[in-house]
Amino acid sequence: MENYIIEMNNIRKEFPGVVANDDITLKLQKGEIHALLGENGAGKSTLMSILFGLYTPDKGEIKKNGEVVNIKNPNDANDLGIGMVHQHFKLVEVFTVLENIILGAEPTNLGFLTTKETRKKVIELSEKFNLRVDIDAKIEDISVGMQQRVEILKMLYRENEILIFDEPTAVLTPQEIEELMKIMRVLIKEGKSILFISHKLNEIMSVSDRVTVLRKGKGIGTVNVKDTNINQLSEMMVGRKIEGIEKGKNKASNEVILKVENLVVPSKIHKNNAVNDISFEVKAGEILCIAGIEGNGQSELVYGLTGLEKITSGKVTLLDKDITNKSIRERNLTGLSHIPEDRHKFGLVLDFKLKYNLTLKKYFQEGFQNHGFINEEMIKKHSERLIKEYDIRSGRGANTIARSMSGGNQQKAIIAREIDCESKLLVAVQPTRGLDVGAIENIHKTLVLERDKGKGVLLISLELEEVLDISDRILVMYNGKIVAELDPDQTTFQEIGLYMVGAKIQDKFKATEVPAND
Amino acid sequence: MIDFKFWKKSSKTDKKDNKDKEYAFLSAVISIVVGLLVAIMLLFLLELVAPNSDFSKPILGIKKYFTYSFTSTSTFFKIFYNAAPLMLTGLAVGFAFKAGLFNIGATGQYAFGAFFALVAAILWQFPWWAALLVSIVAGAIWGVIPGLFKAFFNINEVITSIMLNWAGLYLANLLFYNLPAMHTVLPNRTDNLAFANPSAILPNFGLNQLLNTSYINIGIIIAIVVAVIIYIVLEKTVFGYEIKACGANRNASLFAGIKTKSTIIFTMLISGGLAGLAGGIVYLAGTVEFTVESHLLAMGFNGIPVALLAYSQPLAIIATSIFIGFLESSGSGLQGLYSYEMTSVILSVIIYFSAFALIVGHFIKKILKRRKNSKNDQDNETSSDLGIVPEAKPRDDEQIDQKEVVE
Ligand SMILES: Nc1ncnc2c1ncn2[C@@H]1O[C@H](COP(=O)(O)OP(=O)(O)OP(=O)(O)O)[C@@H](O)[C@H]1O
Ligand SMILES: [Mg+2]
Repeated sequence: MENYIIEMNNIRKEFPGVVANDDITLKLQKGEIHALLGENGAGKSTLMSILFGLYTPDKGEIKKNGEVVNIKNPNDANDLGIGMVHQHFKLVEVFTVLENIILGAEPTNLGFLTTKETRKKVIELSEKFNLRVDIDAKIEDISVGMQQRVEILKMLYRENEILIFDEPTAVLTPQEIEELMKIMRVLIKEGKSILFISHKLNEIMSVSDRVTVLRKGKGIGTVNVKDTNINQLSEMMVGRKIEGIEKGKNKASNEVILKVENLVVPSKIHKNNAVNDISFEVKAGEILCIAGIEGNGQSELVYGLTGLEKITSGKVTLLDKDITNKSIRERNLTGLSHIPEDRHKFGLVLDFKLKYNLTLKKYFQEGFQNHGFINEEMIKKHSERLIKEYDIRSGRGANTIARSMSGGNQQKAIIAREIDCESKLLVAVQPTRGLDVGAIENIHKTLVLERDKGKGVLLISLELEEVLDISDRILVMYNGKIVAELDPDQTTFQEIGLYMVGAKIQDKFKATEVPAND
Repeated sequence: MIDFKFWKKSSKTDKKDNKDKEYAFLSAVISIVVGLLVAIMLLFLLELVAPNSDFSKPILGIKKYFTYSFTSTSTFFKIFYNAAPLMLTGLAVGFAFKAGLFNIGATGQYAFGAFFALVAAILWQFPWWAALLVSIVAGAIWGVIPGLFKAFFNINEVITSIMLNWAGLYLANLLFYNLPAMHTVLPNRTDNLAFANPSAILPNFGLNQLLNTSYINIGIIIAIVVAVIIYIVLEKTVFGYEIKACGANRNASLFAGIKTKSTIIFTMLISGGLAGLAGGIVYLAGTVEFTVESHLLAMGFNGIPVALLAYSQPLAIIATSIFIGFLESSGSGLQGLYSYEMTSVILSVIIYFSAFALIVGHFIKKILKRRKNSKNDQDNETSSDLGIVPEAKPRDDEQIDQKEVVE
């Protein structure tokens, strides 16, 4: 008999309108990394939330070391040594790293916090597992990667032995992912067992021992990673073969859609400019990709372009119209669509129904409103069409509250809304973050299709594979400046990598440093 | 042409929406019952500690309390007389809640509106409707100031509006002293409208004489019409959609191109106008005069529980304000048995314990749901779209989870 530390047997969980988990069995061996794979909305987060005590299953049992346990809430889970890093982090933004780590398990002496020993313990842990954190920094000031390390430290501090990672890599840079994989291996050596959700098959192949596949709430099976390959896994997951996309010919014309001249955007974190004198053009019929390591000014560039943040200087022209000082609404109407980086902050009104989220950029247009009155009929019709076209899955269709949707389907909703605006320029920031391979394929196809229709696509991506797969032209950004312009067909991972870390700068971009701008 | 179809419920009503409404209604009713029970317990407790306990006194008190409003036309119509301004201040607070703003300054806007309604009536000899308009404008001006500070400098509206409450009241007092024409009879009290300007008294269509009460006037009708208008604005119009979007996620609203600054400003403008109108309706009834006050007027604050109990829903505010109007009117039934102060205490206990029970109930429900999450109890967004004080409750599941681990 094998030695299972956790057994989830015949778990069923229903939400209004969907069976999120239907008779799923998952067995976790002690000391293994067990991956959980499945399409968006397949029920992965739900299953893990059940193990962590956030939901109670309608049916089924959970065993730990062969004994049935009753996990009613996260405290019970914690007592059983189960910890979880959620898909969307749950840290208190205004607290420091240390405060977040000890939150809820504060060591006290006569009611007073005794942070000295804790501090020592946390520092020891972070050194032991090589989890670099800035212990006194506030969460709002640190990178996503570090936030994740804080979440991991939180589990280790509580001496959890079963660690659940819900899509930990979706928000990380490739470098950070590498690091996380290393950390996970170290954790296993230290006797922990890991449940790991990811949509990225190569990650699963490289780090995990076994993988359980879910599809539409059902368990499809568990396989040894040694005995399988990427193609078989993706087929198990979506029930069909995934073909790579055919990018086709670059159809860039001479029509300039977006023109950015000498853009300077201040940084919120440091004194220097986040975007320092950048100029480029997006032409009709091309996908221009801005590659770079996170934090080199890509986000600020987008905020500056789209009007979400004030720029210091520079000029932005969209379809021959100077939009530098225009309102966001005017920019949108001129022809700008934007798939934002932070879907919860900017992309969705989480407490609104799906239909209102899908019409967030349309509700004010004639037809959607008549004489200032919202036309519900139209909103419903429009959103139902998008739901169908973009295969947005949710429990109650157009009336689902966005908050209750799975992460991937939330993203699909945003993409549907933005692409449907028929804008000439589509700014897509990490558009496939958190999506399953099937959905990624669809998004990529859609982006290429939009390009072929003569639109300009500005893609900001941290994933080199995506960059090389679908872009027609690549600009590499380093330290607030563009350091290289590359042709995806002529370049390699290695070459882009060198530019991304600032080891190389193309000559034509060196020149721009000389003239001082005022 | 205006599309009148907005009246129709679009599509078949959603089962869960109804469940939410049922839940909201039930919890409001239960909260009120809790408030009443606490007040009754208090009465018995008082008797227990009194030197010569007489337990028939609280029983008689309760009986009188609940029947008093139905003993005469005067006491009966006083319910609605009380309800009208409560409804408007409740709407003021509830409307701002929807935009994620906590207008705790309704009392200052109310005082401002009241005073300028009387200035218009007595000094300018305006007719009642024009004086009411003046009260709206005055309240709106006082309400928009915190809105401007919030929009342009991101200064919390709670802080500015608390300060403006006092500033508003004392400014009204100051103006009062400097306008001797407003108080020719008594030094601290405006002249009675019946002498100063009868045309400024809210019309009652002769029902006053017919029903033999001075507490009937057009105020309650105006308040109900305003509530319906606010309902339509919030639920059916583009402006209402923008207000709710701003309240639920200001960043996403900005992203969508909504002018969040002007939405905040307009919301506070309207909210202030509603509170100002409440002041106008009270002081143009001809039943009370404006006196120099050194305390903030309670009316503006009572709008908060009215809005809370109604989950900020305009139509529900009609009901909750009438209920609280009833409680206020019934207070006089205790005269003779209990002191005036005691009556106020009882009334406050009922109102505030109801609101308290409602909030506690919310948290209990949220926590229960996490714990139990039984089959028919998964709607984890019930409370989020109710629009209660956004700042006061964890808006994200995140914080709740945080709390749970804390224990
Ligand atoms: N609290 C909830 N209320 C109602 N429905 C829910 C809730 N949570 C999840 N669901 C539904 O259950 C299904 C499974 O969701 P879940 O979040 O488990 O998916 P997932 O596999 O994690 O997907 P993703 O990869 O997109 O994160 C989805 O259809 C989702 O809409
Ligand atoms: Mg998920």
